[in-house]
Amino acid sequence: MTTKTEMGYNSKVEGDVVVTRLDAALHWFQENLDAGANWGRKNSLWPMPMGLACCAIELMATGASRYDISRFGAEVMRFSPRQSDVMIVSGTVTYKMALAVKRIYEQMAEPKWVIAMGACASTGGMYRSYAVLQGVDRILPVNVYVAGCPPRPEALLDALIKLQSMVAKEPAMATLKKVA
Amino acid sequence: MLTQATQPATTPMTALELAQQLKARFPGLISEPSEFRGEITLKVGDAERMPEICGVARNELGFDYLVDITGVDNYGDDPRFAIVYHLYGYGHLCPLRLKTDVSEEKGEVPTVTGVWRTADWHEREIYDMMGLRFRGHPDLRRILMWEGYPHFPLRKDFPLAGKPTDVPEVAFTQPAPLEGGPFVTVAGGENAMSREPRVRVPEPETGSN
Repeated sequence: MTTKTEMGYNSKVEGDVVVTRLDAALHWFQENLDAGANWGRKNSLWPMPMGLACCAIELMATGASRYDISRFGAEVMRFSPRQSDVMIVSGTVTYKMALAVKRIYEQMAEPKWVIAMGACASTGGMYRSYAVLQGVDRILPVNVYVAGCPPRPEALLDALIKLQSMVAKEPAMATLKKVA
Repeated sequence: MLTQATQPATTPMTALELAQQLKARFPGLISEPSEFRGEITLKVGDAERMPEICGVARNELGFDYLVDITGVDNYGDDPRFAIVYHLYGYGHLCPLRLKTDVSEEKGEVPTVTGVWRTADWHEREIYDMMGLRFRGHPDLRRILMWEGYPHFPLRKDFPLAGKPTDVPEVAFTQPAPLEGGPFVTVAGGENAMSREPRVRVPEPETGSN
């Protein structure tokens, strides 16, 4: 048995080579897995429609047949944060609503993204007042901001496409949460 | 035909006639009716008598619809606050406006929820925004801001930008970034132009306080 091993494979000489190859294979596998996972993720971004004001009307128009967000795989509006991937904050975030928005974001499963749709969600918009949060990025990490008051559905679709290209580049496997 | 039950067969009432009738019921308490653009306003001298007056207006003069109650902050005047009741009658189709003053020290008026149940939310809103209390109100809570918010935002001495607050796990506020910026209100300015929020270069000593 010992002789056989020595004949076929000298670990002192070739050990590193084998390990390197395995590493390369793993790396290749991981890269492709990344691409595969990202391909799946970016083409099935299920939105959490956080409709808070008039932007939500444009969000509905984006979902309806004329603009048809399902062309981008995001037609599955989930009113449960547990099942959604991207929160579309469409509208004015008041201070009264702010912590509720934050809680819903926290309830969403990883990986998750946020689109701040419209001037109010991005900066507070025209509401420089005591009652309005001056941009949802004060409580959440925002991936894409959409300008407009309200933005047209094309603008939201553009934001979605931009988000898709961001998702495609993410190191999906490396950012997986380690299970203890 | 449809209005037979509610509208008297006699000549239709005008808002002015109804206002005169209401004034006659409470001699010395209600001012002479004043007219502005076809609408009649009565000034009530004693806010404590409002439920009584409103009861008469509703039950005897047919003002079955309370359109709105609003509060006005005449900052710098005494008495500081005014409360305005907009009444309407679906029988005679006449509007009527009642105004009464509330001083800052008192800050309290009796509720008219016993007359019109719809007054409930109107009065809660005034309480929320102006801090005026309505005695006898069945459920005097804030209606727009949350419980625990310490300020009354529609008072003239409240800055437009807001003030920082924090009620943990409930809500928080921070002043808007334009605090002291172009859109600022000046409490107690000498005219409407100087009081309202508009674009102006911020000056520390604006207005005549």
